[in-house]
Amino acid sequence: MYPSRFRYEAPRSLSEALDLLKLYGEDAKILAGGQSLTPMIKLRFTSFEVLIDINNIPGLDYHRADSDGTLHFGALCRHSDLEHSELLHRQQPTMAAAAPLIADPIVRNRGTLVGSLCHADPQGDWASVMLALNGEIIAASAEGERVIPVSELVVGPFQNALRQGEIAVEARVPAPKGTVSGDYLKLERRVGDFATVGVAVALESSGSTVSRAGIALTGVGPQNIKATAAEQALVGNSLNSGTIDQAARLAAEAAQPKTDHRGSAEYKRHVVQTFVSRALANRQPARAA
Amino acid sequence: MAQALDEIKIGGLGSSRKRVEDDRFLRGKGNYTDDFKLTGMLHMEILRSPVAHARIKSVDTTKAWQIPGVHMVLTGEMAAQHNLAWMPTLSYDTQAVLATDKVRFQGQEIACVVADDPYIAKDGCEAIEVEYEPLPAIVNPEQALASDAPLIRDDKVGQNDNVCYRWEVGDREGTERAFAQADKISTLRLHYPRSHPSPIECCGSIADYNPATTKLTVYMTTQAPHIIRSAVALVAELPEHMIRIISPDIGGGFGNKVPVYPGYVASILCSILLGRPVKWIEDKTGNLTSTGFARDMYIEGQLALRNDGKILATRFHADTDNGAFFSDAQPSKFKIGLFHSAFGCYDIPYGYQTAQGTYTNKAPGGVAYRCSFRITEAMFFQERMIRAAAFDLGMDQAEFRRMNLVKDDDFPHRTPFGFLLDSGQYEKCLDVALDAIGYQDFLREKEEARSRGRRLGIGISTMSEPLGAGNSREYDIIGIKMFDAAELRVHPSGKAILKIGAKTQGQGHETTFAQIVTHELGIPAPDIVVEHGDTDNTPYGMGTYASRSTPTAGAATAMVSRKIRAKARKLAAHLLEVSEEDVEWELGRFYVRGAHDRGVTIQDCAMAAYSNMPDGLEPGLENNAYYDPPNLTWPFAAYIVTVEVDPETGVWDVLRMVAVDDCGVRINPMIVEGQIMGGMTEAYAMANMQFITFDADGNCVGSNYMDYLLPTAWETPGFELHEVTTASPHHPIGAKGVGECAAVGGPAAFVNAVMDAIDDTGVRNIDMPLLPDRVWEAITYKRDVSGAPPVKTD
Repeated sequence: MYPSRFRYEAPRSLSEALDLLKLYGEDAKILAGGQSLTPMIKLRFTSFEVLIDINNIPGLDYHRADSDGTLHFGALCRHSDLEHSELLHRQQPTMAAAAPLIADPIVRNRGTLVGSLCHADPQGDWASVMLALNGEIIAASAEGERVIPVSELVVGPFQNALRQGEIAVEARVPAPKGTVSGDYLKLERRVGDFATVGVAVALESSGSTVSRAGIALTGVGPQNIKATAAEQALVGNSLNSGTIDQAARLAAEAAQPKTDHRGSAEYKRHVVQTFVSRALANRQPARAA
Repeated sequence: MAQALDEIKIGGLGSSRKRVEDDRFLRGKGNYTDDFKLTGMLHMEILRSPVAHARIKSVDTTKAWQIPGVHMVLTGEMAAQHNLAWMPTLSYDTQAVLATDKVRFQGQEIACVVADDPYIAKDGCEAIEVEYEPLPAIVNPEQALASDAPLIRDDKVGQNDNVCYRWEVGDREGTERAFAQADKISTLRLHYPRSHPSPIECCGSIADYNPATTKLTVYMTTQAPHIIRSAVALVAELPEHMIRIISPDIGGGFGNKVPVYPGYVASILCSILLGRPVKWIEDKTGNLTSTGFARDMYIEGQLALRNDGKILATRFHADTDNGAFFSDAQPSKFKIGLFHSAFGCYDIPYGYQTAQGTYTNKAPGGVAYRCSFRITEAMFFQERMIRAAAFDLGMDQAEFRRMNLVKDDDFPHRTPFGFLLDSGQYEKCLDVALDAIGYQDFLREKEEARSRGRRLGIGISTMSEPLGAGNSREYDIIGIKMFDAAELRVHPSGKAILKIGAKTQGQGHETTFAQIVTHELGIPAPDIVVEHGDTDNTPYGMGTYASRSTPTAGAATAMVSRKIRAKARKLAAHLLEVSEEDVEWELGRFYVRGAHDRGVTIQDCAMAAYSNMPDGLEPGLENNAYYDPPNLTWPFAAYIVTVEVDPETGVWDVLRMVAVDDCGVRINPMIVEGQIMGGMTEAYAMANMQFITFDADGNCVGSNYMDYLLPTAWETPGFELHEVTTASPHHPIGAKGVGECAAVGGPAAFVNAVMDAIDDTGVRNIDMPLLPDRVWEAITYKRDVSGAPPVKTD
């Protein structure tokens, strides 16, 4: 690959990275996993003066749970870490289902959850998962840290709400309050393909009653869509064919698909309905609270 | 008693010896074009058109010339000064090397920048300013033939429409008569989508013109180095003995590396102008958007049927979308290649077909992607049509085939379009396949599943295709006949070097061609090295594509080995002190008739050729052979696929895939199986995901591996392989071509299986690839689904 000329910086600490970001301002770009950025610079779709590679910063590759069940994911936590995570298999079935469906094994070895969220590709899978789970991003800057809900992070296709001088250092999933179950279903033409349609479902229940519902859609709008009406249709009810059908129908109505080479708008809307219905019916339980 | 050699143990015919090439490939020790670094070498990048159809108002290279490290900015205007703005094509048309008047497809070459390194060369390309005046884009034949269509080839004197050829073959009157007598006429229309061979290694060249010696050496990614040398001599008007083409290791070809591309020509011109080596290595987008595509054909046809299932005649028409220039890389005298091989394996008395080619604003250079030219489209249409006819008659698709297949005692068999089938056991292959899949059981399973709302389907494809062009009567490239050659030198110690005109791109020639020599001479295969790809050091040959290497160069290898054996016999008689007539041959050894223990080995003879020749016998043990095949070879295949379709999403999964191939005598069974699995993977790809389409503005959808989908190991189904062997009666060792069979015959098996799973909907056709949304649309709306471009977008 022969990108345009740029300066390469490889800071050894977060504070050094933040200093560099302050120094170069909007001429700088952060490199984490690089699985979206590298193709773009290869094709010369984007160029910048300075690339700040954060891969040498120690201590950002974690993912862990607090005792209350809050999940934390460092900026260098790779998709493959999540794919093989015992923690997620135990506690967070929506994420555990999504991780093996991200791109292909080679991309998963390098790409990161936090980087993927910041990239804000409307066909990205993680944003739907995080919308369904009410996830957040922690942005660090020289001034300190602030919390950005993922629902506010994505402001448009490939546009995020990070301010100049900020680095997203962590993604966070709030602690669940009930029994957790969920799933992520993705229609892709081939492994490594972007989603034609993706559906994230995340439920918390008390007994047979749904106490919280998260449903979000991938690939059927200018950004990932949180299907709020569908979620509300489930809360306070138990899951049966009636409530499932209703939620699936409402989710399909929330989709804003466009006809393209992956299929017609009508087809994508139909798949949303099918997938929401299947994900609710066949959702995976968390193995331990 | 002298022990007879075990042919399998010494790597002869039938030995699945490991590929000798793989040691260097797997250990990173291969040498591909991009691996060569010559002293003083510069790098070339190509500026390509972002639009599909536009008049070029100006090309301003001022800023590019100003970038430090830029040595040359070559435009079409400059190339024209050397008479190289245009070049002739293999289909007797012309193609722009660098655009001067118009751009005619997205990705077309406009200018080249030569610089110290590829980064600077790319910067130089970005600094070139081109002003375009947009013209409407044409992306299919229907648009091309519309009365108000813009004229794409306004450069050609006398070209007043967008038609690039018309063609017909067969017995029109006989066919019409047969149709008039038919009980039933079955009709089908379909589009075989545009695809791309997409070898992992893209195209590239290093042109090294030495101003002192005036010799031009070109390292390049070509499947046909010798014909490239002749083409360069003719096009660039250079003396042919001062041109050396070296085709080093090639990272896959699949037909993509047969044609001459503008990048090759430009790198040669730049090297001559600069007097320095110039390297051009194409990127993936350049490869996918500008080099030889495949297929893109619209076919409509009919079968005339008797109620008992007998096929009386076939007639069909093909519209080909040839892109901006008619530069199909096909070596036959037939405008549409071997498309008229369709329906060859069925005993059909009459056939008539027509074809028409059109210019469109899409990349030119139709190639035979794992295919003898246009055979893939022919066999796909044939097998889709056969299934449709069986369905229309209400007959079992296997029994309908059995009734119409050419019978064993009917060979050689003349097809309605004039081909001569050499041999085969078609019904046996079908039976082996039906047995392997458990045909009757599956039919019951399908019915049972259907009653519970599940959709299972079974698809069959049976076909025989002509492989191994030529003969020289009907096949040539720019007038040079389609023979092939081999040269064999046996050294004094009995080791040998075989030099062939064919050129491997992964087929394993260095392994299998040695095995042919082993079979003929008894020299162990590890003692034979195979040299190929360097025109200064190998005999003339037409290259490797169209599954032709074994039928042609392989035959030449057997023939040259026999010449060597004939001379060795004289040496043996001399050593054994008997007359030549009293010498008998067994593998690797001559002995005295009636005295088996009195013998000499082929190695003894080799040493004698250099150290102990009889009086009057020329020293040495070398020879060559040029082989002009008397006919094409006709392998046969029966492929059966079972699938399950998810009616809610249109997603379909392959349950099982059975392949029965009869490719004659197998030289290296392991390599043959590898070829069949590779071909079947591509067949699955065609049916499921792999295609290039265009939007209404002529933008290519499929210009990189995000959009041009190649199946990975993850989704590729497993294949169950079986074998039937019918030797080719005219090939010296009974072999037939095989490399492309599965890619040619496979797609219809997959599509027929999906059609079978939705056989209650009345849908006759879904165009490939059978993307989930297309299958869902067919099931939901009970209608045929077209895949023709332009792709629909909101």
